[in-house]
Amino acid sequence: MSVDLTRLTAAELSSLLSTGEVSSVEATRAHLDRIDAVDGAVHAFLHVNARALEVAADIDRRRAAGDALGELAGVPLAIKDVLVTTDMPSTSGSKILEGFMSPYDATVVTRSRAAGLVPLGKTNMDEFAMGSSTEHSAFGPTRNPWDLDRIPGGSGGGSAAAVAAFEAPLALGSDTGGSIRQPAHVTGTVGMKPTYGGVSRYGAIALASSLDQIGPVSRTVLDSALLHDVIAGHDPHDSTSLAQQWPSFAAAAREGATGEGLRGLRVGVIKELPDSGFQPGVSASFRAALALLEAQGAEIVEISAPHFEYGVAAYYLILPAEASSNLAKFDSVRFGLRVDVPGGTVEDVMAATRDAGFGDEVKRRIILGTYALSAGYYDAYYGSAQKVRTLIQRDFDAAFSSVDVIATPSAPTTAFRLGEKIDDPLQMYLNDVTTIPANLAGVPGISIPSGLADDDGLPVGIQFLAPAREDARLYRVGAGMEALLVEAWGGPLLDRAPALATAHGTEGGAR
Amino acid sequence: MVSEISPDLVRHLGVLARIQLSDEEVERLTGQLAVIVDNIAKVSEVATADVPATSHPIAMENVFRPDVVGDMLSLDEVLQNAPDAAESRFRVTAILGEEQ
Repeated sequence: MSVDLTRLTAAELSSLLSTGEVSSVEATRAHLDRIDAVDGAVHAFLHVNARALEVAADIDRRRAAGDALGELAGVPLAIKDVLVTTDMPSTSGSKILEGFMSPYDATVVTRSRAAGLVPLGKTNMDEFAMGSSTEHSAFGPTRNPWDLDRIPGGSGGGSAAAVAAFEAPLALGSDTGGSIRQPAHVTGTVGMKPTYGGVSRYGAIALASSLDQIGPVSRTVLDSALLHDVIAGHDPHDSTSLAQQWPSFAAAAREGATGEGLRGLRVGVIKELPDSGFQPGVSASFRAALALLEAQGAEIVEISAPHFEYGVAAYYLILPAEASSNLAKFDSVRFGLRVDVPGGTVEDVMAATRDAGFGDEVKRRIILGTYALSAGYYDAYYGSAQKVRTLIQRDFDAAFSSVDVIATPSAPTTAFRLGEKIDDPLQMYLNDVTTIPANLAGVPGISIPSGLADDDGLPVGIQFLAPAREDARLYRVGAGMEALLVEAWGGPLLDRAPALATAHGTEGGAR
Repeated sequence: MVSEISPDLVRHLGVLARIQLSDEEVERLTGQLAVIVDNIAKVSEVATADVPATSHPIAMENVFRPDVVGDMLSLDEVLQNAPDAAESRFRVTAILGEEQ
């Protein structure tokens, strides 16, 4: 084939695989070659699967034998390192888990394997998913393919950069306060946080259990929907997973791409999310996307969400509190790092191990969470934060009584420079102002590219939010918005990303 | 409310969290946490007595499963990542110090 297989969407690749025009081995090799060529600069991957071609060959054999295979069978998949895998190390970006081999697969990994997806490797992330830039990875930052001096977002910067740099068509991510959607925003890609409980968290190394959710990362809305169809559904291993049948998200995306659903759609815009605090180029891109929707017959409705401004504060109490409890399992006894303390007790060993094994941001949040949960402060901090959660849910309920979806810019700024915010934790936390409310309330959210900021030429995302369990609505609306934008641009946004220098010379031409 | 993050408090939190913080870490964290806590304390402005707390975004209670043996890990699988193990158990250093 003369076509560069890494430039295809998962849906396009899937149809070539199903007709036999392309083999999974060819598709997988093309992506491994691409990783080889560009990942030295991008550093999206912490580990590349040495057995990926064997897995691909097995899919090809099964296809040749006439086995019934899923739509994504043979398509390569990148997996965020927060998800445990039996055949590759799982570190969650932390030294304390360096080299850890899980005795079991995360449920989403099990389901992806069963669907015939080919695991390419494990993607980089902020340590234990704490961060908005991947700069808190113990194994060095990932770089944004649009500008290698800039952050790819976080915590799932590795998964977003992998799809943006055409190293994988699909990736799995996790989103606790925006870790799927904010990286999508800064890399010109698509990321979806499902309804809380819509996807199993079994085998996802827990950060904040009442906020964490696993979801798809891709270059198109349809591709995310296809992967979401694979991973969704109840799992007896995760008692918070919802026992309900989900509609086909891919069908919703395909239907949405016709644009019919946009006519009469009521899109809420939050009046308290002011233009101030948002980069002008981000606001302008957002307004332009809304104008396109309006031109298609959507109705833009101003809504009020007065408690969203307390979301970041509530989040940075609830998350550290839950994380300080979840991360107590790294005790130097059962798995992970152990630092020897000659003559010391098990508690001395534990304290020395956790000092050596955790990075600065993880320690900061564990100490903050320990403080928020300590006697005398619990009601004022953790208790109050949980009340804010109720108020934010009420804001959503009130809004969704008058609109079908809410739209926001996915994040306040485009990709900032590596190192720019690393010494100012509070500024880093404020990156998540638009994404956090969805995690606090459990509702689904999707970020899709809305264009390039006119002030710095970097990607901007638009986020849509829907009521809990209405994930399909986001694929319908997202695909409609995407179709309008791609038509206006004359092609996908990522076609405008600068070519990456490859390890074997200049990119482009026949590969 | 005004935060009262002091080096002694941070050192004490480190003990509670089982993290052996260095003096330099204590000093840095004290300054950073004071700024963060001052900012997040604003939750108490709207968290009035009449607002119920939400611990879980989608309310669920009493999630049961049938009382049958599940697909559990084997002993070898459980111990495969242990820093030290012997006789089918995790092995650790002394639990109690000399002064105890």
